[in-house]
Amino acid sequence: MTEVERHNYDVVVIGAGGAGLRAVIEARQRGLSVAVVCKSLFGKAHTVMAEGGCAASMGNANSHDNWQVHFRDTMRGGKFLNNWRMAELHAKEAPDRVWELESYGALFDRTDDGRISQRNFGGHTYPRLAHVGDRTGLELIRTMQQKIVSLQQEDYQHYGDYEAKLRVFAECTVTELLKEDGRIAGAFGYWRESGRFVLFETPAVVLATGGIGKSFKVTSNSWEYTGDGHALALRAGAGLINMEFVQFHPTGMVWPPSVKGILVTEGVRGDGGVLKNAEGERFMFRYIPDVFKGQYADSEEEADRWYSDQEGNRRTPDLLPRDEVARAINTEVKEGRASPHGGMFLDIASRLPTEEIRKRLPSMYHQFRELADVDITAESMEVGPTCHYVMGGIEVDPDTAAATVPGIFAAGECSGGMHGSNRLGGNSLSDLLVFGRRAGLGAAEYVESLGARPSVSDADITAAAKQALAPFDGPDDGAIEENPYTLHTELQQTMNQLVGIIRTSDEITKALDKLAEIRSRIRGVTVEGHRQYNPGWHLAVDLRNMLLVSECVARAALRRTESRGGHTRDDYPQLDAQWRNRLLVCAATDEQPVPGVGVEAKEQLPIRGDLLELFELSELEKYYTEDELAAHPERTA
Amino acid sequence: MAYSAKLRVWRGDATSGELQDFEVEAEEGEVVLDLIHRLQATQTPDLAVRWNCKAGKCGSCSAEVNGRPRLLCMTRMSIFGEDEVITVTPMRAFPVIRDLVPDVSYNYEKAREIPSFTPPEGLEPGEYRMQQVDVERSQEFRKCIECFLCQDTCHVIRDHEENKESFAGPRFLMRVAELEMHPLDVADRVGDAQDVHGLGYCNITKCCTEVCPEGIRITDNALIPMKERVADRRYDPIVWLGNKIFKRNGA
Ligand SMILES: Cc1cc2nc3c(=O)[nH]c(=O)nc-3n(C[C@H](O)[C@H](O)[C@H](O)COP(=O)(O)OP(=O)(O)OC[C@H]3O[C@@H](n4cnc5c(N)ncnc54)[C@H](O)[C@@H]3O)c2cc1C
Repeated sequence: MTEVERHNYDVVVIGAGGAGLRAVIEARQRGLSVAVVCKSLFGKAHTVMAEGGCAASMGNANSHDNWQVHFRDTMRGGKFLNNWRMAELHAKEAPDRVWELESYGALFDRTDDGRISQRNFGGHTYPRLAHVGDRTGLELIRTMQQKIVSLQQEDYQHYGDYEAKLRVFAECTVTELLKEDGRIAGAFGYWRESGRFVLFETPAVVLATGGIGKSFKVTSNSWEYTGDGHALALRAGAGLINMEFVQFHPTGMVWPPSVKGILVTEGVRGDGGVLKNAEGERFMFRYIPDVFKGQYADSEEEADRWYSDQEGNRRTPDLLPRDEVARAINTEVKEGRASPHGGMFLDIASRLPTEEIRKRLPSMYHQFRELADVDITAESMEVGPTCHYVMGGIEVDPDTAAATVPGIFAAGECSGGMHGSNRLGGNSLSDLLVFGRRAGLGAAEYVESLGARPSVSDADITAAAKQALAPFDGPDDGAIEENPYTLHTELQQTMNQLVGIIRTSDEITKALDKLAEIRSRIRGVTVEGHRQYNPGWHLAVDLRNMLLVSECVARAALRRTESRGGHTRDDYPQLDAQWRNRLLVCAATDEQPVPGVGVEAKEQLPIRGDLLELFELSELEKYYTEDELAAHPERTA
Repeated sequence: MAYSAKLRVWRGDATSGELQDFEVEAEEGEVVLDLIHRLQATQTPDLAVRWNCKAGKCGSCSAEVNGRPRLLCMTRMSIFGEDEVITVTPMRAFPVIRDLVPDVSYNYEKAREIPSFTPPEGLEPGEYRMQQVDVERSQEFRKCIECFLCQDTCHVIRDHEENKESFAGPRFLMRVAELEMHPLDVADRVGDAQDVHGLGYCNITKCCTEVCPEGIRITDNALIPMKERVADRRYDPIVWLGNKIFKRNGA
């Protein structure tokens, strides 16, 4: 029998970022016993890196803002492919979720009348992002971490044990979800510190594992972003949607090489920073796409006036949605107007006084000074696109966050639908809060409704352990031994070069060939040393997930023969109304450790009439087919 | 530009360990963590190091470089000479797990001993009103990324394991100060700072402030003001008398 430490919980949340922590709080407050498992230390999850802010239409900075405006902006940003119900819930509930954080102790920046200050961001009509300088993610994660500590303190009062009902399993990686009769029965993993195995017996898991960016070479994402939740769900039989949509943030650092990809917050542009090419031209004015014509300023003068007077002027095209700005930069570079290190210039120095820059953008100031020897109060930054966010993820029910497999719930970046084909900046942090809470609630209700709980079989435990340890044994069939670091680098290069910002059928096909080769070599991955805190082994285990999600991205990207949001096909450059309502669903086709991936197209439910009516017909006509608009009141009137 | 750098890295576990010498390629603009990663990829695949964001935001990759507590991801190679031997060791104040990875659980235990934010009763979410000037003091402390370098360097625990029991360390004394200065926190934290969290051990040598990668003025802005509040309370005869007579419940 495999030696394994056993724990029993009502709900196990996998991931301690914003989504996971919010789910934990909700499930615990419903009275359930909850474990939260994370790969890094508690309080270090990727959410900690978020900079600019958290979108919520509180209307503090501009009283015209409300959920309908936020909903419209979100749908536009996602090019109307969003799950409209998720976008609706998100827009309606975000303000309450932000205010709730204040009651946990969060200290956001303030307006003059003492309310939460809100900043401008790309694609948002009004200043909407609650923020703390440029370290909003840190505030979110610390606040919820501290809320969890306070729940543990309450348990201590009650039971004499901080961990009686809520325990954090930090530096612990889940490698397998276990089922009985099609329902979740447990989760299996290992302690990174010791390499020993852990089994969580639980009827409900909330996946909150974040994104997939580590499959790309140039990325703003940390090592945790290996798509584990995506892969766990897929292998357990759930579907992934929208995997072709990957957001490349327009502004990552480009120099020096070791920091290439590190994020430069959109807050720089929100606070007045502008993009310029090597000729000093503010080129974004040339890149306002037809669907956004009329919504953005067409002269520098108007754009500059907009910062102080938003009623009388239109916003600067520097703040177009990210997909548009990233493509524009890509084109400028291709056409030979790049900065010395192959990016564009981002200028805040000439736009704000030194003191103001240091106050509003302290982390950016620090990051450039420490890592690039650049003083952003005196010179321009050099920036270029970097892989940032995956819109695709686990398909869930909008209201309960339940995946199609009973007992799996998902929230945050690893879930799909909410952002459609492109996410607006600031909409992720609010997404984490809204759907993290809903996932905690959904899981709690599911557990409460269960009769007998499914149980984990010994055979499944043995199989999971064997799978996890395979890299120590090396290939059993005489295949060549492979180094996980080398394979990882090849995978990243493939995805970056062939399934990056601009895609073609030829290149994606080449990528799929290369992924097939990596798939055949991955069996040979062999690691040295023992199980105690062994990074080579950890990478070998994560690599399978990265391969699997990369295949999903590439296969879905090949199928979608149009350009929309975070999916740009050079061979199909137009938005195609026939594709607007079609989702591509990836599913596993076999039971292999890295299963094959199949892609099926599926229609979304038509949007509710009252939500459709929030848009003018003339705008909808740019996205929808004639048939879909037949019932619009402007048509029937 | 690229050169061969000399790294001396501590390798071992809780039972034993030693410094090992390596030569590894360094490229322009790199940080110490880049070199550790290159070591993993090319020479020592099982070298243990804790890291995450590699952008100075998460506080995972804390270690000591030439004896000084630092974030490996924010330590530029260019601050050292090309011939210099760069020694990388795990944080000394905590028990080692393996190689550069220490057991930092002490910090999480201390965090749990501090009573949480306590808002006024009846104040509903959405009704919070605070002025920017009033939140700024606590905001400075909330910049903390919990890298625990200040804990590592603090001599109260660095060389005195026995003090850990009764001393929260600069990070968590600062947390007490943060809550104490939160405009809407109603709990009384001054007495506990001294009696429970060990503020008295601190003799304001400012070592913590010096190593803070976020530039938080821990000593001047958190610890000294807390000490002043303790002093005011203890030596104010009226407060002293009040405390005597009404002996706070449960305190
Ligand atoms: C630099 C940067 C800046 C950003 N700025 C903003 C911003 O200003 N506004 C905004 O809205 N969004 C921003 N984003 C996006 C946003 O931060 C992320 O989308 C969001 O934080 C994801 O949160 P999450 O809760 O889904 O997952 P994460 O915070 O990434 O947490 C994932 C958790 O899952 C755990 N995990 C993963 N796999 C496993 C496994 N196998 N076993 C156990 N645990 C596992 C990890 O350890 C981690 O705890 C930014 C992103 C980056 C990279």
